[in-house]
Amino acid sequence: MTTSTGSMTGGLAAGFHDPVHDAQGVFRDVLRAMSRPGEVRETAVQIDPPAPLNIAGAAVCLALLDFETPLWIDGGGRDADGAASFLTFHTGAPRATGPAQADFVLVADGRILPAFDTFRQGTDEAPEGSATLIVQVADLAAASPDAAGAWRLDGPGIDGTVGLHVSGLPDGIADDLARNADRFPRGIDLILCAGRRIAALPRTTRVEG
Amino acid sequence: MTQARTMTDGGYNFAYLDEQTKRMIRRAILKAVAIPGHQVPFGSREMPLPYGWGTGGIQVTASIIGLADVLKVIDQGADDTTNAVSIRRFFARTAGVATTQATEAATIIQTRHRIPETVLKDDQIIVYQVPIPEPLRWLEPREAETRKMHGLADYGVMHVKLYEDIATYGHIETSYDYPVLVNGRYLTAPSPIPKFDNPKMHEMAALQLFGAGREKRIYAIPPYTRVESLDFEDHPFAAQTWDARCAICGAGDSFLDEVITDDHGGSMFVCSDTDHCGRRVADGHRGDGE
Repeated sequence: MTTSTGSMTGGLAAGFHDPVHDAQGVFRDVLRAMSRPGEVRETAVQIDPPAPLNIAGAAVCLALLDFETPLWIDGGGRDADGAASFLTFHTGAPRATGPAQADFVLVADGRILPAFDTFRQGTDEAPEGSATLIVQVADLAAASPDAAGAWRLDGPGIDGTVGLHVSGLPDGIADDLARNADRFPRGIDLILCAGRRIAALPRTTRVEG
Repeated sequence: MTQARTMTDGGYNFAYLDEQTKRMIRRAILKAVAIPGHQVPFGSREMPLPYGWGTGGIQVTASIIGLADVLKVIDQGADDTTNAVSIRRFFARTAGVATTQATEAATIIQTRHRIPETVLKDDQIIVYQVPIPEPLRWLEPREAETRKMHGLADYGVMHVKLYEDIATYGHIETSYDYPVLVNGRYLTAPSPIPKFDNPKMHEMAALQLFGAGREKRIYAIPPYTRVESLDFEDHPFAAQTWDARCAICGAGDSFLDEVITDDHGGSMFVCSDTDHCGRRVADGHRGDGE
């Protein structure tokens, strides 16, 4: 396949240039982030996704979604049609009929993150049936656990405690995350995406804000 | 010891599996990491080797491996046994990745029945081949029941089994696949590693992934996670110990295999971890069998 000079082909932005190795690289970033909550990864993948997708958010979707994974897009009040056609074309993921039917939820703007109970929580016997939220935020940075404004995280994957600075999530989100952790083994898992940066908050992570 | 990257066989996708299968397995792995010790079902594929030869581990490795990885494969601690050599060659041919026998040079270690003696690091992933992922299977054959027991964290039956061991034999008989409790919640099979290796799983710096191909389950233990071997206050967990030392390298703290040497009852004890043993010999250590 040849790629045109711009990233646009017939109005649709290109997906991964190297679908096999780009997907593997992005997956390993997500795996690293999920198994070490608070660690911030930076994806090297070269894509130019349509608004309101950021590079990391689009890359995670391209790496993990396909025809088996109903997707719910929460455009956050912005027009997400471009993003929807981009993801449908490149992944084939069906649009979920509602947020509670989705395996993956793309939240375009973390500031207006819907309440967690909107999404599938899994069951005690099959907790893996819960939704994974890909949440785009304004900024993500590793921090010292005692830094002002940073979250203190602990739980599996964390040696002691780590700090994480996230901007672009609603006030009081730390309480929602704590309630999410209390539901264990049920609960949702979050992949946070800012620019090229990726961090994750699985349901096991305890967050102090 | 380390083999550089090679050209791959044409005709296969990178690392053998097709991309849709890898995505499905990757999604299962992420959920497994988020729910430490819980068995996540996955659509296990037919592989070019039979169930029981590591198809679960191979599918996990194939889904995570990339061009920059260096792969080590061990079978019972040894890099040079049939299963280990075949799997290493499989990935060298289908993914063209570099392979190694040196534990510290590897980024991914696929294992059957051992954890290396060398302490694993933060940037490594260990992939276990698992025959029976359900620790309760020999006590409760019905899958619907064991799922319910995990859902309710109802693990009394396992404690009864261990207690019955003590009542019958005076000690807990289980010496491999010794059940562990992961992060204080899920009863989990460590795969048939000797209980000698159980303490290494506790707060390990490396990510631990488990693949069971025939049983179609993936589970995981994230780094720095509590892993307790089940026991009783008055019968605490204890790993195997030996009176002997390794006949080749003299190690007194590694897992030893007894090797029969003649038809007259002669035998010697040697390290099961061939890389560990070889490195000690290179460092000048000697056992009294040499």
